Amino acid sequence: MKTQYIGKPVSRVDGLAKVTGSAKYSADFKVEGMLYGYIVSSGIAKGRIVSIDVSEAMSLKGVLQVFTHENVSGLPWFSIKYKDMDAPTGSPFRPLHDDKIVYSGQPIALVVAETFELARYASSLIHVEYQEETFTTDLVENLGNSYKAPSGKIGFVQPKSRGNAEEAYEQAEFKMSGTYQHGAEHHNPMELFSTTAIWENEKLTVYDKTQGVSNCQFYIGNVFGLAYKDVRIISPYVGGAFGSGLRPQYQLFMAVLAALELKRPVKVGLTRQQMFTFGHRPVTMQNVALSASADGTLESIKHEAYSETSRFENYTEIIVNWSGTMYNCDNVKLKYDLVGLDMYTPVDMRAPGAVTGAHAIESAMDELAHELKMDPLIFRLKNYADEDQTEGKPFSSKELIACYREGAEKFGWTKRSIEPRSMREGNQLIGWGVATAAWDAFQMPCRAKALLSIDGKLAVSSGTSDIGTGTYTIMTQIAAESLGLKIEDVAFKLGDTNMPLAPLEGGSWTAASVGAAVKGVCEDVKKKLAKMAVKTKNSPFYNADTKDISFDSGMLSDMNDGSKTISVVDLMRLAGVNSIEETSTSGPNPINKMKYTFNSHAAVFAEVKVDEDLGIVRVTRVVCAVAAGKILNPKTARSQILGGVVWGISKALEEESKMDHQYGRFMNHNLSEYHVPVNKDINDIEVIFVEEKDDIVNPLGIKGVGEIGIIGVAGAIANAVFHATGVRVRNLPITLDKVLQIAEDDHNQVSV
Amino acid sequence: MNSFSYNKAYDVAEAVADIQEHEQGKFIAGGTNLLDLMKENVMKPDHLTDINRLDLADITENEDGGLRLGALVTNADTAWNVLVEQRYPLLSKAILAGASPQLRNMATNGGNLFQRTRCYYFYDTTTACNKREPGSGCSAINGINRIHAILGTSMQCIATHPSDMCVALAALDAKVNISGPNGDRTLEFADLHRLPGNTPHLDTNIAQGELVTSIDLPPGNFTKNTFYLKVRDRQSYAFALVSVAAALDMDGDVIRDIRVAMGGVAHKPWRRRDVEQSYIGKVASTENFRELAETMLTGAVGFGGNTFKIALAKKAIVRALNEALKTGENL
Ligand SMILES: Cc1cc2nc3c(=O)[nH]c(=O)nc-3n(C[C@H](O)[C@H](O)[C@H](O)COP(=O)(O)OP(=O)(O)OC[C@H]3O[C@@H](n4cnc5c(N)ncnc54)[C@H](O)[C@@H]3O)c2cc1C
Ligand code: SF4
Repeated sequence: MKTQYIGKPVSRVDGLAKVTGSAKYSADFKVEGMLYGYIVSSGIAKGRIVSIDVSEAMSLKGVLQVFTHENVSGLPWFSIKYKDMDAPTGSPFRPLHDDKIVYSGQPIALVVAETFELARYASSLIHVEYQEETFTTDLVENLGNSYKAPSGKIGFVQPKSRGNAEEAYEQAEFKMSGTYQHGAEHHNPMELFSTTAIWENEKLTVYDKTQGVSNCQFYIGNVFGLAYKDVRIISPYVGGAFGSGLRPQYQLFMAVLAALELKRPVKVGLTRQQMFTFGHRPVTMQNVALSASADGTLESIKHEAYSETSRFENYTEIIVNWSGTMYNCDNVKLKYDLVGLDMYTPVDMRAPGAVTGAHAIESAMDELAHELKMDPLIFRLKNYADEDQTEGKPFSSKELIACYREGAEKFGWTKRSIEPRSMREGNQLIGWGVATAAWDAFQMPCRAKALLSIDGKLAVSSGTSDIGTGTYTIMTQIAAESLGLKIEDVAFKLGDTNMPLAPLEGGSWTAASVGAAVKGVCEDVKKKLAKMAVKTKNSPFYNADTKDISFDSGMLSDMNDGSKTISVVDLMRLAGVNSIEETSTSGPNPINKMKYTFNSHAAVFAEVKVDEDLGIVRVTRVVCAVAAGKILNPKTARSQILGGVVWGISKALEEESKMDHQYGRFMNHNLSEYHVPVNKDINDIEVIFVEEKDDIVNPLGIKGVGEIGIIGVAGAIANAVFHATGVRVRNLPITLDKVLQIAEDDHNQVSV
Repeated sequence: MNSFSYNKAYDVAEAVADIQEHEQGKFIAGGTNLLDLMKENVMKPDHLTDINRLDLADITENEDGGLRLGALVTNADTAWNVLVEQRYPLLSKAILAGASPQLRNMATNGGNLFQRTRCYYFYDTTTACNKREPGSGCSAINGINRIHAILGTSMQCIATHPSDMCVALAALDAKVNISGPNGDRTLEFADLHRLPGNTPHLDTNIAQGELVTSIDLPPGNFTKNTFYLKVRDRQSYAFALVSVAAALDMDGDVIRDIRVAMGGVAHKPWRRRDVEQSYIGKVASTENFRELAETMLTGAVGFGGNTFKIALAKKAIVRALNEALKTGENL
C-alpha cells in the first residue's frame, strides 16, 4: 500500500478548533446552576490548624459552604484509597483530611459560592490560627538524612553498578569530579488546572484537565466510594501539562467533594500561585567523577544523585542510570538517594530524571574532554556504546552516530577552536557546546475502538489525551493510512472514560501505544471489509483471495487488476451492513522487550554569546539532531523538538522556582517572576530527524518525540558557556551573576 | 480581592473630590499594577476613582521648549511620540526597555510613577513585609534578595523601585505636576520617590488623594549621546537587575554635561548630581567612567543574594556611558 499520510507534515486536525476558540478546555464548560469554588491555601509549611473561622465568609449572601477538615467526613481513612495510578510509594496526601499542615500552600479550605468573585472574596475572610512546627526544606542542608530511593513507582528501575569504579578512578591518568545542581521547577502550563463536577441521577460527570481520564476515574471512585462505571471523566483538550496532569490534582477532589455534598454542579480552578503547590521537578544534587586514559578511553564513571521528596511519598525518577548506558565503560558506580523534606511530593516533569542526569553527565564529559585536550565530540565517539552495557543487550536501533554527524555538519562543528575563550566578537565571547540525550521508547498496552459507518466515515477513539503534542492529528493519520481512507473521512476522539482504556499520557509512549492500538483496530476493520468483499455476491471480489485486495482513498482494488474496484461505501451497501465496529487491544511484544533495549537518542549543538563585562548569556544557535525511529508527522514532531529545545534553554539559563527556606515556600509564584524564555530569547533552532529504521521496537517503528528534545540542551549550553568564558557553572540556571563569578555562593563555579 | 465602590471621573476636580470621600480610595489608570495587587489582597482599596476619562492624554510643548507628558498618555504612545524621540531619546529607550508591548499599551505615565516594588514578599500576604504591613518585619533581608537594593536601604526595607521610565525621568530632571484637595503643586522628580528609612510603606511624597496630572521635561541638550542599558535575566519582559540611564552632552571629547541614573539598585532611581558635576570638563574616557562608577557606588551594601549587583552596576555604568558616546558617532 502506498503511504499517504504517515510521515507527512499533516497540519493539526484540531488546529481550526483551537484558533477559533471552539475547542473547549476544562474551565470552558459551563452548566446551569453551576457553583464556583475557591481554594484557601496554607500560609505555613508545617504544623496544625488550631482554629479556622469561616463565619464571616459564610455570612455573605451567596456563599453556600466552606469545606474544611472540620466538616468533611465519611471519606476513607486509609490513605491507600487515595493512591492514583502514578503515585509513588508512600502515603498519598489527603486534602481536608485533618488539621495537619505538611507543606506550604496545602489546600485547607474550599469556599463555594454562586460566583467566582464572591468565592474569592469570601476566601479572604477566613481566619486561620496555626500552631507552627519547625520544618526544613533545604536539600543540601539535609543530605545527611538521605536514604536509598525505594522501588515501587511505575517505570522506576534501580541503578546497577559494574566493575570497580573507585579503583579505576584512583589509577587513571585523567580525571574530573564535580557537583552539579539545579533548582526546582514547576510545569506552569498556560492552562490552569480546573475541574467541573456534575452529580446527576446518581452519576458523576467530570470535566477535568488531566493526562489520564482513567486515572482520575480510578481515584475519584476510590476516594468517594463510587462505582467506576458511575464516574465519567471528560477531558477533550489540555492546554499543556508536561507531567503535571499525570496525577489527579487537588482541585478535582475539591470539585467532586462539593458537587456530591451540595448536589449542584461545581467548578473549581487553581490560580497561577496555586500552580506552585502540587509537585515540581525536584532539586537534585549530583556528584560525578569520571576518569580516562590518555587516548580518551573512559576508565570509570561515578555518578550519585540526591533528590528531594516529600515526607509522605518517595518520588523517584531515573537520573543516574543513564550514565551506565550512554557510554561504553567497564567501571560504573551509581547511587540514587532521596531526602525527605517538608514540601509536597515532586511529580514527573518533561523527561523526568533524564534531563537532570544528562546535565551532569554531559557537563562532566565536557570537563574531562577539556582535561584530555580532546574535542568533546570526538571524546564521545571514542566511547560510543554500541550496546546497552547495563543490561547486556543490544539496542533495537541506535542511530546516534548519524545524529552526531548530521548535527555537527549542520552546525559547522569542525570550525570550533578547542581552547576556551578563543572565539569572540567585540565584547561578546562565543562558545560552542555539544551534549548527548537518550530516552526510553516505551510502549504500553492500549485499547481503541473503530466505527466505520455506511457513509464511509470512520470514527476511532481511545481514552488517551492530547496535551498539545498532536495526538489527535497523528492518530487520524494512522487510522486513515491503516484503513486506506481519505483523512477527511476519519475522526479521532479521545479524553473520555467512556472510550476504550488508554495508558496515562506521558513518557513519550502515547504515539507508540495508542498508535499501535489504532493501527490494530483499523486493521481488524480492514480484515472484515476484505472478508465482506469476497463473500458478498455481486462484489467484484466475490470468491477472490483477500490477499489481493488493497485499500486506498476509500476504495478496495485488486492489486493485480487495477480496473477491479469498489468503494467501501458501495461494498457496505451491497452487503447490507450499516456499520462495522471493532475494539481491540495491543501491547508491547514481551520477547523483544526482553531481548533489546529501546532508546531514542539526540545530539544537541549550541552556540552562546556571552557579554564579557555583564555576563549575559544568549543562545544564538541550536541544532538538535534526533534519532527516534519513524517520524509519523515531521511537522508536529518538529514542534515537539522545538518546544523541548526552548524549554532546555529555559532550564539552562532562566527557570527556577525559588524556595525561601525561612518559610518553606516557593516565592516567585507568578509568570512575571518565574522566568521562561520570551520570544527575544529564542534564536535559530534547527531540528534534524535522522533516518532510523526499527522493526523491533513496535509495529509502527516509532519511538516518541515528546521528551528527547529537552534532555541534552542544558548540558550543551553549559558546555558552550564554558567554551566561551572558561567559567564552569555547575549550578542551573546559569544566570549572569554566576557567569561573572560574583555570586555570593560561588562554591559551585570553577574557572580555568 | 475585597469589595469596593467605583466611580468614573470626567475632570480633574471631580477626580480629586471623588477620592476625598473615601479613606482608602485609589485612582485607577491602566490597572496593570493595581489590579494585580488587589487580586493578591496586597492592596485593598475601598473605592476606585477611574481617571481614564480625564483630559490628560496628550503630549504638548511647553513655552520653555520642553515637553509636557499627560498622566494618561500610555507608555507606548510616549515612547513612540516623535517629539519625545527627537528631544528625549533616553526616555523613549527606557520606556521601551520596560515590560512588554501589551503592558506598555495599557500602562500610563502616571501609573508608571506609582507602580509598586516587585519584592516577592510584598506580593505574598503570608509573609512578613514592612512595606505591606508596617512593623511586621522584612523577609527579604535574610531571604531571597537577588533582585533587591544595594543603595539607600534601611534595615526596615531593601526593596527597589522597579520602573525603567522613572530612571530616565530622574536623569532628565523631570518635574511632576500634581492636583490635590489643597490645590496644585509641582515636585522635582528627585523629590517624588522616597528612601525606605523607617517608613517603607511610603513609596513617594504624594499624599493620599493627590493626582498627578502631567510630567514636565525641561529643555535640554541630551539628544545625541544617550543610552539606556538594562541588565536583566531575560531579553525582554523582565525587571532590571541593574539599569543605567546615561546621557552625555559633548564638546569634542570633553564632557559638557553628564547624567547617570540607576534603576534596580534602590528604592528610587539613583542619581548623584555631585558626582556627575565633578566630571564636567573632563575627557570622556573609559578610565574616567570607571572612576565615576566607583564613586556612584560608594556606600553600596549587599545582602547576599544581591551583592553581585555592586560590581555589576559599576560595569553597567561604564558600558552605558561608552555606548552613549558611540550612539553619537552613529548619528
Ligand atoms: C508583568 C509585568 C512586567 C512589567 N515590567 C516592567 C518593566 O520591565 N519596567 C517597568 O518600568 N515597568 C514594568 N511593569 C510595570 C508597568 O510599567 C506598570 O504596571 C504601569 O506603568 C502602571 O501603569 P498603570 O496605568 O497601569 O497604573 P495602575 O495600575 O492603574 O496604577 C498604579 C498605581 O498608580 C496610581 N496612579 C495611577 N495614575 C495616577 C495618577 N495620575 N496620579 C496619582 N496616582 C496614580 C494608582 O492609584 C495605583 O496605585 C511591568 C508590569 C507587569 C504587570
Ligand atoms: S524588602 Fe521591603 S518590600 Fe520586601 S519584604 Fe522587605 S519590607 Fe517588604
